[in-house]
Amino acid sequence: MRNIVRHRLFWPALALATLITVNSAARPQFLRVTMRDGELYGALIDILRNSAPLMLVALGMTIVIATRGIDLSVGAVMAVSGAVALTIIDGSSDPNGVGTVLIAVVTAIAVAMVLGVWNGLLVSVFGIQPIIATLVLMLAGRGAALLVTDGFITTVNSEPFAFIASGYLTVLPFAFFISVAAIASIAIVERRTALGMLTEAVGINPEASRLAGVRSRGIIWGAYVLSAVLAGIAGIIYASNIKAADANAAGLLIELYAILAVVLGGTSLQGGTFSLAGTVLGVLIIQTLNSTILFMGIPSAQSPVFFAVVVVVVVVIQSQKVRSWIRALGASGRNRRSAATTEVAS
Amino acid sequence: MTAAVTTTKDGTAASTAGRAGTFMARRSALLPALAAVIILALLFAGAELFLRGDFITPRNLSALLLDNAYLLVLAVGMTFVILTSGIDLSVGSVMAFTGILGARLLAEGLPPAIAIPAMLIGGAAIGLVIGLLVQVFSVQPFIASLAGLFLARGLAFVVSLSSIKVEDSATLWLQTTRLRLGDWYITPTGIIALLAVAVAAFVLHYTRFGRTIYAVGGQEQSARLMGLNVARAKVMAYVISGFCGGLAGLILTAYSGAGYPRNGIGTELDAIAAVVIGGTLLSGGRGYVLGSMVGVFVYGTIKTIITFMGAEQSWMQIIVGTLLLVFIVIQRVIVARSGQKSP
Amino acid sequence: MPAEQSAPHVVQMRGITIRFPGVLALDRVDFTLRAGEVHSLMGENGAGKSTLIKALTGVYTIDGGTIEVSGEQRSFGSTADAQGAGISTVYQEVNLCANLTVGENVMLGHESRRGGAIDWRTTHSRASQHLANLGLDIDPRTALASHSIAIQQLVAISRAMVLESSVLILDEPTSSLDRGEVEQLFAVIRGLRDRGVAILFVSHFLDQVYEISDRITVLRNGQLVGEYGIDELPRDALVTAMIGRELDDLTALGTSAHREINRSGAPVVRAMGIGKRGVLEPADLEVFEGEVVGIAGLLGSGRTELVRLLYGADKPDAGSIFVKGEAAHLRTPRHAIERGISFSSEDRRAEGIIADLTVAENIMLGVQARKGWLHKVKAAERDELVAQYIEALGVRPANPGALAGNLSGGNQQKVLLARWLAMAPDLLVLDEPTRGIDVGAKADIQRKVSELSQKGLSVVFISSELEEVLRIAQRIAVMRDRHKIGEVAASDVNVDGLIDYIANAGEGSAA
Repeated sequence: MRNIVRHRLFWPALALATLITVNSAARPQFLRVTMRDGELYGALIDILRNSAPLMLVALGMTIVIATRGIDLSVGAVMAVSGAVALTIIDGSSDPNGVGTVLIAVVTAIAVAMVLGVWNGLLVSVFGIQPIIATLVLMLAGRGAALLVTDGFITTVNSEPFAFIASGYLTVLPFAFFISVAAIASIAIVERRTALGMLTEAVGINPEASRLAGVRSRGIIWGAYVLSAVLAGIAGIIYASNIKAADANAAGLLIELYAILAVVLGGTSLQGGTFSLAGTVLGVLIIQTLNSTILFMGIPSAQSPVFFAVVVVVVVVIQSQKVRSWIRALGASGRNRRSAATTEVAS
Repeated sequence: MTAAVTTTKDGTAASTAGRAGTFMARRSALLPALAAVIILALLFAGAELFLRGDFITPRNLSALLLDNAYLLVLAVGMTFVILTSGIDLSVGSVMAFTGILGARLLAEGLPPAIAIPAMLIGGAAIGLVIGLLVQVFSVQPFIASLAGLFLARGLAFVVSLSSIKVEDSATLWLQTTRLRLGDWYITPTGIIALLAVAVAAFVLHYTRFGRTIYAVGGQEQSARLMGLNVARAKVMAYVISGFCGGLAGLILTAYSGAGYPRNGIGTELDAIAAVVIGGTLLSGGRGYVLGSMVGVFVYGTIKTIITFMGAEQSWMQIIVGTLLLVFIVIQRVIVARSGQKSP
Repeated sequence: MPAEQSAPHVVQMRGITIRFPGVLALDRVDFTLRAGEVHSLMGENGAGKSTLIKALTGVYTIDGGTIEVSGEQRSFGSTADAQGAGISTVYQEVNLCANLTVGENVMLGHESRRGGAIDWRTTHSRASQHLANLGLDIDPRTALASHSIAIQQLVAISRAMVLESSVLILDEPTSSLDRGEVEQLFAVIRGLRDRGVAILFVSHFLDQVYEISDRITVLRNGQLVGEYGIDELPRDALVTAMIGRELDDLTALGTSAHREINRSGAPVVRAMGIGKRGVLEPADLEVFEGEVVGIAGLLGSGRTELVRLLYGADKPDAGSIFVKGEAAHLRTPRHAIERGISFSSEDRRAEGIIADLTVAENIMLGVQARKGWLHKVKAAERDELVAQYIEALGVRPANPGALAGNLSGGNQQKVLLARWLAMAPDLLVLDEPTRGIDVGAKADIQRKVSELSQKGLSVVFISSELEEVLRIAQRIAVMRDRHKIGEVAASDVNVDGLIDYIANAGEGSAA
């Protein structure tokens, strides 16, 4: 029992389970999944489908945070990628052609990748603080997206493109499969190769890793490229969902929700050991909480208040201060010094 | 700031080069701020040239202050926070929250004497929460102020989901009154913004609290070992930033004649950009509030030029982003150079 | 003008005890500081010097004992408290604000004010006055960062004088100063001493300690060894007091000092004149196949700096390195690793162990980094390698999945040794591999190093414990004050001889 409670995924899993239980009790239709024309519908399915963009962005953010970094530009990259894809489809003679859509998607992802290379260059080669380095693109990226669309909200009618967000593959939404594919391929790459371990080593102790001969520059650079590529895909899903490229609204504040998802999943913002499963739980918690807030009849615009409370509670619980308070309660004062020494040592 | 203008001790004997050397030794932190002034001058000159002498007019320059008064106030608060090597992402949302809060209170029939202090206190309270998270719970400023952003934005929508028109004459007076001198004019909102700059400059340069802010940003551990009150300085920086958010909310409400919960999305980034362009180092400890004012005017001027040229507003973000990058690179060079001699 | 025994006791610490989790950092230590004396506090790393200083400056609270300052019993809750009682500290890393002016750093928190505003004119002229008192003629309006470290040290001392401190603690103030700068600092220290300030001086440079001190207190392993007048304690007695004579549980290991090394071929690694300004005077070092070269010298003598330059952990600005007779440019650790060199840092926590990874991952880190991330070491191969090293070195717990951060110091050291050995290096550089670990682990590590060198591995072995160096190495390079002062064959000296060499050998240093 003690081991279960101590498991790093215990608290996020408990939070998600609680949310689902509360929802099911409050509205029985929450758990109901219906089959129509061989496709599944229901609140749970919506959560899986709607969480896809956040899921992709949060996965990338997890890896970046593991290297002691942060990527603020993901929202802007989403906007750019959506804008590029829609502009290509809009400008083509055959917006309904699968080939057109494929070219648009691949080009958009390639552009996102270039943006990731740029971020990685600033952080790993020029040594600019990650917050600042990615802030540049966060600011300029949205402007670039607006330029791509000439300042308009480009809308298209393209069946294959709309399929990305709202289509079904067999019984489940296609977007859900994109999420699953992303989770699986990242998990495989990180855990089947040595990348995950080396990333954690760089994030936990950069100097020890350097002395052990780890190529930290490449690892950090790669993390930003991955994050941007995933954000690019997320931007395509977002644009497909609304069948438009809205450079101002696409991915707005998503960097903040992604960071929240990572933190909720138990990955420390200090970098180091990360948990992809935790991030997945974190994303589902956020999406379910969102759905709950909507259900409660609270306008979605007011939901940030709830997320603010969640952020505050999570970071305060994670803080050294509270931990030492709790420890002090357990060992009444005996550990006074260890708290003092860590403060001095840091 | 008289402190910025110093003369060499042995003035007559020093050669010009020697003077320059002394000046550099004393005021190397001024360099980025000077760069901002030069950029502002170039912008003015360029705009004047391309717009056939139609740009530098008393009307336009007066409007520059009027249109950017809220941003100027936000940048003043942000300067305090960045000087302590923190960051405050909440200011745009705090401005929206206090703006709609004030509009609502006025609409409910409360006098401005209650509504306006409520706005200022509301902003300062959110700043206090952020400051305590940063100082007491060692939460990274980025995350703590992110929570502040969510909180203020959500609260703005809790107050009202749609915009509320302001009919109160005292509040509108802040905006509509024009004190004229020839073609020049200034509104009470502009005066408030300039006053905020003046007070901030005084506090930062002529009080022990202000110097502690610089010391904390320079080397927090040293400041603590020197026996300075680090905790108070850090918390107060966020409170001041929150208060400025409230003040900006008041100015924006007067400016637009309404409170609107969607105001100021992304404005925190504009404020950060203005402060950085104005020469304050994001690593903390170096910079001037007057530099931030120049940064705001650079920002405002670029915006005006884009409007004049009829170009896409999206260029605004790209240009500001690029400027930000250029200034960050300049800052890194400066830090690297001054770092050679420090331990 | 050394203070008389009868000079007033400014600081009187009695029976000071400080415990950290699992460690007794200070064990009933007495310390007395008199007005108008320069008192050196000596001891190797971990002896408790900085803990004692931190107890006196209010950074740590004491678990036992009493502190009297100027005859009054005090307990300090913070550095501000200690400053209020007249105790100021100048640290090795100058603890000033580089972004502010010289004058501000001197006066911060004590600026002159008029009508609520800081009066900068008066403040700066007061700062000038304080600087002039120390013989410094610099413009207080210049930025602190525009001055050398030496000047910054003096500015820090000026600040202490603004606080009218009666006690000035100088913690390694000279470690980054050149000779002339040290002279300037010493002149200031003597001036302050003559004005009755009590000065606590900490330095690793023996010459400086003998030049400036009136009295010496020696600590070892958290205990007081003794307090001596400067004339009562010759250098070799001081070194002996600092290092101590360990009751030798380890002699059973025997000695490999007399093993013959074939030095006819090209050395595995040969460094010629590698050095770095302000860090290490150019030095030579050769290591032959199967040879263990010890480096002896006190902390700060340049021994760590030498091997870091050799490994590419820091970049040398002079000299060249040959690996097996070929010129090699080792600009990063990766280059050194590719040439078959491994280096285990003295700072296990900051530069060795990856605390949140498992024992197995820590052992495999070097091998995996060399193979690249795409070629993950196969699970079977990894498990075998890890099990083999856990067994061979006796890592406890013998659990590859345990978090490395939860192991004891000795076991962490074994994990690190395993990491480097798993890479099958030609040359293994070990910097203080046995510091702060228990005797059993120490013996395990020494035995393993001896055994491997007999099989042909070349080793550079740095240790503060001379018995250990003498037992393991065949040849010993001796360092002092950032110079390599010579080499001795291990078979030619005993511990006393080596102490004498460290303390006295070389030109003019015995003065």
